[in-house]
This record gives sequence, structure tokens and C-alpha cells, in this order.
Amino acid sequence: MIGNITAGLYATGSLPTSYESITTVTVGSGGQASIDFTSLSSYSSTYKHLQIRAIVKTAFANAQDGLKIQMNGATGASYNYHYLGGNGSATYSGAGGASAQTFMQSESVAGATNANIFGVMVLDILDAFSTNKNKTLRTIGGVDNNGSGVVEMWSGLYLSTSATDSIKIYSFNGSNISEYSHFALYGIKD
Amino acid sequence: MPSTYEPIATNTLGSATGTITFSSIPSTFTDLILLANGNSSTLVDTYLRFNNDSTSGLYSTTRLYGNGSTAASDRPAGQTNQILAGDFSTSSNTITIIQINNYSNTTTNKTALIRANIANSIVFANVGLWRNNNAISTVSMSTSSGTFSIGSTFTLYGIKAA
Repeated sequence: MIGNITAGLYATGSLPTSYESITTVTVGSGGQASIDFTSLSSYSSTYKHLQIRAIVKTAFANAQDGLKIQMNGATGASYNYHYLGGNGSATYSGAGGASAQTFMQSESVAGATNANIFGVMVLDILDAFSTNKNKTLRTIGGVDNNGSGVVEMWSGLYLSTSATDSIKIYSFNGSNISEYSHFALYGIKD
Repeated sequence: MPSTYEPIATNTLGSATGTITFSSIPSTFTDLILLANGNSSTLVDTYLRFNNDSTSGLYSTTRLYGNGSTAASDRPAGQTNQILAGDFSTSSNTITIIQINNYSNTTTNKTALIRANIANSIVFANVGLWRNNNAISTVSMSTSSGTFSIGSTFTLYGIKAA
């Protein structure tokens, strides 16, 4: 059939190593309250940007939940965000400022109502280790629950020029992050 | 650190076709990214299927899109045997980026995150669900009618987590 190709045309291992895996968290039985990437400043001379790729589900009783993101343990009013989303029938947009403990609240991960459905998120932190710039993040995420769901894009600001040392991700509704949720942290070089 | 973002296979069309299929995808990566860049013989919707499964009721798509004057969101009820990936156009190159995270696990349904652009007409952000726990070994992208044009490129990348 025209256009049908079998994977494996490329030999692996011969490409530049500008995008590398740092660490992965796979949530085990019983779930866990948060995903914590720590001691990241040790990578400040190795990578320029960070990316987190995830599938996420929480124990929240409703069909959808969101995620909060906190950096360097900062819990003061040092975060801002904007978002754009669609829920299958309407579009919406909003913003928040001087937000404590909340960097982004993406309502785009699955809650407990559909056992096997997980939301998907890709989060980029550009110039994560700069000591001259406030930290800017962006996410695209979504979940389709077969009859409900959202797809959203967020931008976020952490008002600090400190190099990123830790990232905490936790449920918007305080629920545990569920078993099989998977968060992979990658570093991107210059 | 190991290199982890690698091209698995690519196809630059030498003849027009309505369906691109990547088969025998190894399970050794964590995520897949399908990058499509090209044109089509007419303005078309594009569809995504996994493992050649065309069963009605197993797919659903939530879309967010804007055409330069209005933004909208929908979940097309008639599209339950494939994910809606976006559009392809005759006049302006379409770029579609499809992220399929944790494609090879056997414990969750599979969700694709899609960004598609036709620069002169529309931009999409879609999330699509395939209600099946099987590992994905085949990814197909097709047109609603007509064909992808000669020269269109489709590249499948794999990302491997530590």
C-alpha cells in the first residue's frame, strides 16, 4: 500500500544528544500526593530548557481535575498565569495573578470517573536555569472522557530569577495522583 | 545521559496517497511524536487511528480551534471510529504535531494531544481518546477525502524516558 512504511528506517544511537532524559516518576499503588523533582540546579551547566511529559490521573471524584505547579518551594504570591481552553462546546480564557502556591491549574487531567482514561500534558520551562530571567512556563494538556473533556493551553510566570531547583506538581483539588500516572523530565541543551 | 529523542521512520510522499501508516512501531520508547508537514488535493479533515482499529464508539475528540475571527470548541458526535487530527490544505502547508504519551503501556486508554495549523486559515488544539489499553504498534493518518500531496512529509519520533 502506498504510504505504508515499517518503522525502523533509522539506526539509533548516532544522533546528537541535545534532548536527554533526566528522571521519571511512575506512581505506584495507592497514589501519591505530589510529584517532586528536586536538586535540579545540579543540571544548570548541562541543560538550558526543561520539559515534562506526562499522563496523569487523580483520585478526584469528578471526571476532570487539574494540576498545580510550584517551583523552588516558593509559596508566596509570586505566580501568574493565563489560559485558553475548550470543553467540547465552548471556549474560555482566564488569568490569575499574585497567586500563592499555584503556578498553573490546568483542568486537563483525568479524575476518577473513568478508570482507564488519563489526561496528557506537555510542560516546557524555557531558560530554566537562568539567573537573569523570571521563569516562564507553558503547557498544552487535555483529557477526552468520551463525552466530556477539555483541551487547554497555559502560560505561567514564576517571578523569580533564581535557577530552577525543584518542581512540585500536585492536584488542584488536593486528591492523590493515581497509580500508573507517569511524569518524565527531560533536559534540552543549547 | 542517553540520547532519547530519535526519528523512528519517515516518509516523503513520492506519489499522492490518502493514508499514511507507520507499522511495527517498537515498544522501546516512552512517547511518540508524529510530525506531518504538507498539502492535500483538497481541503480535508485528517484522521488518526491506532492499530488499524476502526471500531465505532472507541474514539472521541475534543477540539479547540480558531479561524482568524472566531474561536470554537466541539466534540464531533459522528467521529467515533477515529480521532480528528486537524485539516490539510491545498494552498498553505499544514503542520500537524501529534503527541502520543505512554503509547506502549497496557494499563491505560491512549490519549493523543494534537496541534495543527494551516497558516492562512485555521489553528487547532485537539485531544483524542482511543478507549483501548493495548500497546500502540501502528499509527495511521488519513484524509477525509482526496489525498496527501506529493512531497508531504511524515516523520515518527520516539522519546525514551530514563
